Amino acid sequence: MTTYSDFTVGDPAADRAAPDGPIETRWERRRFGVKLVNPANKRKMHVIVVGTGLAGGSASATLAELGYRVSSFCYQDSPRRAHSIAAQGGINAAKNYRNDGDSVYRLFYDTVKGGDFRARESNVHRLAEISRQIIDQCVAQGVPFAREYGGLLDNRSFGGAQVSRTFYARGQTGQQLLLGAYQALERQVDAGGVTMYPRHEMLELIVVDGHARGIVARDLVTGETRSHLADAVVLASGGYGNVFFLSTNAKGCNVTASWRAHRKGALFANPCFTQIHPTCIPVSGDHQSKLTLMSESLRNDGRVWVPARKGDDRDPNLIPEAERDYFLERQYPAFGNLVPRDIASRAAKNVCDEGRGVGPGGLGVFLDFAEVIGRLGRPAVEAKYGNLFQMYQRITGEDPYQVPMRIYPAVHYTMGGLWVDYDLQSTIPGLFVVGEANFSDHGANRLGASALMQGLADGYFVLPSTIGDYLATSGHDPVDPDHPAVLAAEQDVAHRIDTLLSIKGTRTVDSFHRELGHLMWEHCGMERTEAGLRKALDRIPELRKEFWENVLVPGTGVELNQSLERAGRVGDFFELAELMCLDALHRNESCGGHFRAESQTPDGEAARDDENFSYAAAWEFTGRGEAPVLHKEDLAFEYVAPTQRSYK
Amino acid sequence: MKLHLKVWRQRDADDRGHMATYDVDDASPDMSFLELLDVLNEKLTVEGEEPVAFDHDCREGICGACSMVIDGQPHGPEKATTTCQLHMRHFSDGDTITVEPFRAGAFPVVKDLVVDRGAFDRIIAAGGYVSAPTGSAPDAHAVPVPKDQADRAFTAAACIGCGACVAACPNGSGSLFLGAKITHLGEMPQGQPERNSRVLAMVDEHDAAGFGGCTNTGECAVACPKEIPLDVISQLNRDYLAARRARRRSA
Repeated sequence: MTTYSDFTVGDPAADRAAPDGPIETRWERRRFGVKLVNPANKRKMHVIVVGTGLAGGSASATLAELGYRVSSFCYQDSPRRAHSIAAQGGINAAKNYRNDGDSVYRLFYDTVKGGDFRARESNVHRLAEISRQIIDQCVAQGVPFAREYGGLLDNRSFGGAQVSRTFYARGQTGQQLLLGAYQALERQVDAGGVTMYPRHEMLELIVVDGHARGIVARDLVTGETRSHLADAVVLASGGYGNVFFLSTNAKGCNVTASWRAHRKGALFANPCFTQIHPTCIPVSGDHQSKLTLMSESLRNDGRVWVPARKGDDRDPNLIPEAERDYFLERQYPAFGNLVPRDIASRAAKNVCDEGRGVGPGGLGVFLDFAEVIGRLGRPAVEAKYGNLFQMYQRITGEDPYQVPMRIYPAVHYTMGGLWVDYDLQSTIPGLFVVGEANFSDHGANRLGASALMQGLADGYFVLPSTIGDYLATSGHDPVDPDHPAVLAAEQDVAHRIDTLLSIKGTRTVDSFHRELGHLMWEHCGMERTEAGLRKALDRIPELRKEFWENVLVPGTGVELNQSLERAGRVGDFFELAELMCLDALHRNESCGGHFRAESQTPDGEAARDDENFSYAAAWEFTGRGEAPVLHKEDLAFEYVAPTQRSYK
Repeated sequence: MKLHLKVWRQRDADDRGHMATYDVDDASPDMSFLELLDVLNEKLTVEGEEPVAFDHDCREGICGACSMVIDGQPHGPEKATTTCQLHMRHFSDGDTITVEPFRAGAFPVVKDLVVDRGAFDRIIAAGGYVSAPTGSAPDAHAVPVPKDQADRAFTAAACIGCGACVAACPNGSGSLFLGAKITHLGEMPQGQPERNSRVLAMVDEHDAAGFGGCTNTGECAVACPKEIPLDVISQLNRDYLAARRARRRSA
């Protein structure tokens, strides 16, 4: 057995599906290049989709519209509850309806730059192209976007861009887009194209002769585990932010589907690229179970500040202008309060580290709306942000119309995920990964309003085209339900469940999860150092060992057992956590959301090291606690020359 | 804060169920109600008892998963607030709080506070959509939508599908949920071609699922955490009558 951090470097990861030639026509050429499936044959082909958020819901609906047989799984009681529903701010699209100089190329450029030059140009360009179709599609579904008096669509600005290209539905854009996809999905359920499995959790991937051919899923109500076989499997199971315990993710969000696939051979790319969102409601106590985001759109009109003087604990309304430090406007005059998320988060952390933070524990900064309320009046502000203000007041008991909000950064999104090629296919043939679960489009930092864009681009437009190429060329026979690979997968699941239930230790699942999360936030959060990461890499295996010896899971496996569900997920988070720390340790540069204290410019900005790290790090699993193998995918920038990002 | 909780416990759908009494001695006014249940469950687990099963997910008031009746009111005493956003500062030290699942004929109890709301999905599947297969859409600006219509559609579309309206209704009716979708899609030009067939199919499914009829009690709109207005039910009735008339004419 080798030490975990003594990883080896294997063959480069190669994206064989990527077309070359002029970037503007790559997607069109790839679409022309894919083999088509005869409509009569589509009916015979069965695709499993895990997850019903924007990516999974839109993929299931669209695949069924095309004629495939689809089985769709979600752990929630209804597909409508997937966590895409909580996205507040909006969705980007290069429509240029504002005539303010936007274009597909500018959205492409902003996204490559915003990702700090760690994403693939081809993928990002495709995303920017498709962005326009997404808005058309959602409007056709009856999504009630915000409109102007003339009846045309309204736009707002978002961080990392100087054009207004974000479409929105008050502060509930994710909800409205998800309901559009959900309704399209339910339409296919009614038509017989989709079989829906709510309250089902994928616990294992079935790989037969090197191809993904199904999953083992547990019915969360009866506890029954059984295999579901298909011609291809699509993972749309979201991100892994809950490894930190406290995040803006829903409580159920987990890495299990992705991690099970990783253990079966799918490479996991850039796990350390996590996004810390600058505008969340600060932690109020030890009981805290999750963090709540305040949409980035608030930074359009809210001004971020802290007292200029350390220890100034006066009522914020009594602190005169001259004694306030609008630190984002001061440090980044060109973008001001609208700098990208990674930059805004770190700036907030820095002023709090200086002792100028506000609220309990000094872990907060003000987000102040007094200026805009004075300028536009309260009704205008209410129309724009009413529900967000209400949400803030409900949680904190403070009225943001009267006193500035207090905000602090929190884990929000994970850019890393399963490695996929241009076709969104993982390194296991027949396993496709869409939405936040893959690593493809956001590089080291995601821009606001781009997650909804990517989820829907993948699900409505990219996957339904590219999966046909695989299905047309792979020519599978049905898998025998008694195939050794199927039985082995079922047994693995049964064994893991039995183990968790039989330990009967003394510590609850949540207490382990909290401790792991605290460790990750401390050492693999907003700022990472070699010493801290090494400490985490020492501590995580110890804690994991204790978990498998001392966890207490009440109840049985043949009933609704929420402790058991959480235990399985936390078991996988432990393994992921170790890989995240290793990835963060090996990437001895700062880029986007990954800030290594050892690699900064003289004025404290992230210093990238393109010479040594201009690649996506795709990791191969070799065993729990065993040193993984690193496969590098070199990134080439033919169109947007990498520069030091500047928002000053 | 010290609180006494009376919680509905039911092993599974077949169990008769009963109220169980628990004390929580270390509640904080800044906790959400679900965090209070987290604390209770940690305590029960360590003491060797089975924790209370309850549905929850986003914990920010938008997924619609939480489904409990607190002191007789779906989502508890705060107006326009889901259980996950209800904070303990609205209760007093020493209070006794009763917690039960959403109860309705169409929402069978699965376990403890968890109920099966699959009937809502079936109502949507029956017609709560616009048939717009991917790729078939015209440019988004091809059809302007007057702002007041878009706003009314949005207000109705804000429904989170939690089912509080059903739990509050003495008849166990899903009319507010149904009316919200009818109003959302009915206000949008994109929803017009299927307007009649939608309302007929959705009402049929609603009735078949075992929801009761609406008798204009109005409890639903009071309980709704998203403040869906009662007039979506008038809209539902109006659309339903119009669709029935149109069907008779064409028959």
